[in-house]
Amino acid sequence: MSDVEETITRTHHEEWARVVATLTRRFGDLDIAEEATAEAFAIAVERWPADGVPPNPGGWLTTTANRKAIDRIRRENKRDDKHKEALMVSDDDSPEPLGAIDDERLRLVFTCCHPALAMETRMALTLRMVGGLTVPEIARAFLVQETAMGQRITRAKAKIKAARIPYRVPSAEDLPARVSGVLAVLFLVFNEGYLATGPDTDPVRHDLTAEAIRLTRQIRALMPEDGEVAGLLALMLLTEARRTARVSASGELVTLDEQDRGAWDAALIAEGHRLVRERLAAGVAPGRYQILAAINAVHTSARDVRDTDWSQVVALYDQLVRLDSSAIVALNRAIAVAELDGPEVALAAVDRLEDKLAGYHAYHATRADLLRRLGHSQQARAAYDKAIELAGNTAEIAYLTRRRDQLGS
Amino acid sequence: MQYLVSVIDDKENPGSTDEQPAISVFNERLIAEGYWVFAGGLADTSAATVIDNRGDAAVFTDGPFVESKEYLAGVWVWEVPDLDVALKLATEASKVCKRKIEVRPFQ
Repeated sequence: MSDVEETITRTHHEEWARVVATLTRRFGDLDIAEEATAEAFAIAVERWPADGVPPNPGGWLTTTANRKAIDRIRRENKRDDKHKEALMVSDDDSPEPLGAIDDERLRLVFTCCHPALAMETRMALTLRMVGGLTVPEIARAFLVQETAMGQRITRAKAKIKAARIPYRVPSAEDLPARVSGVLAVLFLVFNEGYLATGPDTDPVRHDLTAEAIRLTRQIRALMPEDGEVAGLLALMLLTEARRTARVSASGELVTLDEQDRGAWDAALIAEGHRLVRERLAAGVAPGRYQILAAINAVHTSARDVRDTDWSQVVALYDQLVRLDSSAIVALNRAIAVAELDGPEVALAAVDRLEDKLAGYHAYHATRADLLRRLGHSQQARAAYDKAIELAGNTAEIAYLTRRRDQLGS
Repeated sequence: MQYLVSVIDDKENPGSTDEQPAISVFNERLIAEGYWVFAGGLADTSAATVIDNRGDAAVFTDGPFVESKEYLAGVWVWEVPDLDVALKLATEASKVCKRKIEVRPFQ
């Protein structure tokens, strides 16, 4: 990649959301803002290699996108409302203080993650408007047709406009609920990347995990005091740190206990641990992301799996169960209990979850592993069969299949 | 910005009918806060008649335009600044009426 291409890629990452947000604020229309921003970047790709990168790339892009937006509004308003057009032109070069721009970006995030939009739509819209991914990229990420994804995003923009979903940071009383809505979107994007579903996709979608981390970093820069934002970022970093060790050369999932810990990303782990320590020092009761991050901090602190402080892991899960009494949390707690109190105790706990988790592959995979460790080969085989049938991730299917085939009779 | 706020009832599982005092209190608040434009409860869907005069002659059909388990039991029209305000009020309205609420903007 040439220097200019690299600059364009970096600028795209750094400036896309800012430009979209600034234009949305100014023109009150997400569609115009998106299209004009995309046009401005297309012009940059065309001109910068020949003309050189402008001294202030972000400013250049904002100005160019502004002009494109005004061009479009002029075309659409040719017959009416000359006055409005003049007003917008006169406002062209008003300087934006940096703090205000950051607020714009946050407004954009809250609008894309508005609870009146379907969860899938929120994820797609956030990746497009805030992350700057193209529609084909997002369609690939969620394994849907490009036209379907394009329509989903178009419909969402139309709803935001027609239903007047406000373009603002929610009021203080609504903020905690709305922030947790934003974090849920980012966590889903990350998880889809980390355990990608579908037979024809890479088992780990680094593009999605990286994007989720990048967006969470941005949110953290905008809301540095929020404990759950820090917790989610730490959780993602400590998970991402193990990414390369998690899938073998032959494309098989490698479980935590069998991973080459030397292959973990030390820098990401150090950053994740720093965030966890920062939250511990804050002395505020942690939310679920902070607790999950702390659990991952315990795992990534052990140089060898045998050094893992399982009593600490179980204690953290106990804390999590008090916040979230879902069966999935109970299942993960049972996995830790197996290390502390043995597979028999854990199996009893897992079996109690059957009603709620019978359709979830991880329930059967966990049972299979516990039954295998207890020497119940036949039951283990049945559980592996069920897990393989329900699993969607290619690396996980490969791992479960090998484990099943290694069972004695 | 005006929104049509529809109260949705369910024939198989109808909401109770003693909510009127609570709805009146809620309506008074809507008026006091300047959101109230219109409100009205609807008679049963069996009282509806559909008229189609797109062809040569008008055709009257007895009953609602679509038969479904769920039906429109009443409507409000609210004047509010944006969807967030409408959703907040609708959240309360659903509790007060003990029924589902649809919020839909006018064009």
